[in-house]
Amino acid sequence: MSITEYFDLLWHDYTLRTITLGTAVLGAVCGMLGSFAVLRKESLLGDAISHAALPGIALAFLITGAKDSGTLLLGALVSGLIGTYWIRGITSKTHLKSDTALGLILSTFFGFGMLLLTFIQKQPNANQAGLDKYLFGQAATLVESDVRLMVIVTGISLFVVLLFWKEFKILLFDPEYTKTIGFNTKFIDVLVTFLIVLAIVLGLQTVGVVLMSAILLAPAAAARQWTNRLGTMIFLAGLFGAFSGVLGTAVSASQDNLSTGPVIVLIASVFVLFSLIFSPGRGLLFREIRFRQNRKDLQLMKTLQFMYDIAIDHENISHPHAIRILNNFQGYTKGSLKKLENEGWIKIQGQDWAMTQRGFNKAAEMYNQQPVHE
Amino acid sequence: MKEKIAVQVDDLTVAYDYKPVLWDIDLSVPEGVLMAIVGPNGAGKSTLIKTILGIIKPIAGSVTIFGEPYKNQRKMVAYVPQKGSVDWDFPTTAFDVVLMGTYGSLGWIKRPGAKEKKIALESMEKVDMLSFRNRQISQLSGGQQQRVFLARALAQDASIYFMDEPLQGVDATTEIAIINILKELRKAGKTVIVVHHDLQTVPEYFDWVTFLNVKKIATGPVKDIFNDDNLTQTYGINYKVAVNK
Repeated sequence: MSITEYFDLLWHDYTLRTITLGTAVLGAVCGMLGSFAVLRKESLLGDAISHAALPGIALAFLITGAKDSGTLLLGALVSGLIGTYWIRGITSKTHLKSDTALGLILSTFFGFGMLLLTFIQKQPNANQAGLDKYLFGQAATLVESDVRLMVIVTGISLFVVLLFWKEFKILLFDPEYTKTIGFNTKFIDVLVTFLIVLAIVLGLQTVGVVLMSAILLAPAAAARQWTNRLGTMIFLAGLFGAFSGVLGTAVSASQDNLSTGPVIVLIASVFVLFSLIFSPGRGLLFREIRFRQNRKDLQLMKTLQFMYDIAIDHENISHPHAIRILNNFQGYTKGSLKKLENEGWIKIQGQDWAMTQRGFNKAAEMYNQQPVHE
Repeated sequence: MKEKIAVQVDDLTVAYDYKPVLWDIDLSVPEGVLMAIVGPNGAGKSTLIKTILGIIKPIAGSVTIFGEPYKNQRKMVAYVPQKGSVDWDFPTTAFDVVLMGTYGSLGWIKRPGAKEKKIALESMEKVDMLSFRNRQISQLSGGQQQRVFLARALAQDASIYFMDEPLQGVDATTEIAIINILKELRKAGKTVIVVHHDLQTVPEYFDWVTFLNVKKIATGPVKDIFNDDNLTQTYGINYKVAVNK
């Protein structure tokens, strides 16, 4: 389907609009809050929490018999929070490190959740179908009330992040120092974690338990490649997340058989790949280009230095010398001679070269490590 | 003339599981000294500072700053942690880090304004890092990172400074620059307490010293207690150090 067809469909199709808005908002809030997890080196926390939410969903159904998303997500929230609390407990009270704690909680809770799901499926009651949509998400079932909830939560998260901006920043960068200047780090920590859990729970409908961590991490990882400022990074992460949602929904809508959740995740991954290669500062492509440029510059500088060593032996530094004495010097090419002349560092007269005052000064200060001033 | 006690530590004990890291530390640091804390690896030097600052919880003991419990006196105390305690790949500039030194005086939610920014710039100038202020911190050398941390503490305008190995792994120029700043602080009447890694320079840089090895071995003016006896007791070997008297 073409672009115009897509926008036409979007304009007229209420369901598509709702889903697109829902996935966009979800992508934005997960991208934004995922940045916090990434910067705290708790990248897999999202994975652990989303897997830990599964038993909550199953238990909520078993206890209430209701299948509406509100009830089930509440169950997810409770069990996600319990999982988080236990992860923190394991790391602080035992010798196990956080990656072990994450792995343990993730697998235990998820295993328990799967057990409950298979138990539910074996029930004679026909009312239990559809819970497994939370494994991989089913964006097609998003309704307006779901999206409204997402928008509200995103709004609150944004407000909290802006309100406590400097507190988040300092806690992320240097938690010990933050304690010494009097901030209650526990409060900020709990706030961040709670917001992350909330975002995850909301996202379960769309991308599901298994793929949740991708939508938390990929936008933040991509955003990090493009900027060195925290605010810009979080903003970009939100943007990439939103775009992943919109594009994912569009692609899966145009191809009938594709499930939205995985498509969104794959698109987010494409963002990451693209960023890793093409970002100007840290991207692999530009690093390679800069590396080769530096190597070329180095050849040039070495030639100039060689000439300097010759010139300095003469009273007149601009005494001409035969070009052929450079022939045995490694790194010398005809091209470098031309470049050196273009820079005004040497003058070429027939078969001879002569150093200029500028070139002499340039070579002289080369080994002087002057601090670079902005 | 009665000397004011800047930091008073009584019976401070810290243990991990059953292993004592600090045992029954009693310490009185008079105001205005430039004091080194020395001891072998694992002696508890970093732990002592972190416990005084409330980062680590002791199992016994108390800390007072100018007579009041530490938690009431936070504004008087500044901390310069070890370089390695943060991730220098964090997306922020050198200036931003120094600005964090003003966050304590701002309190919750309030954002740093022109006044705070001016303080941060002045602190950066004191450590000669003004030209690097917009540099991403991952692009700083070890010595520059240390100076940024120092500037952050200076921005707090505290009365007491705790520093954890500030001269570890810095170039000679930075080392001289930092020591000069510490001496300036002492001249201004501030109290500076430094975990120091290099015994050779203790007599040259500091006027007070505390020998620590889980227990406090000795504390006092360098000229009185920096001797072979205390060195041997602290380091457990026959330690001969040339002391410039």
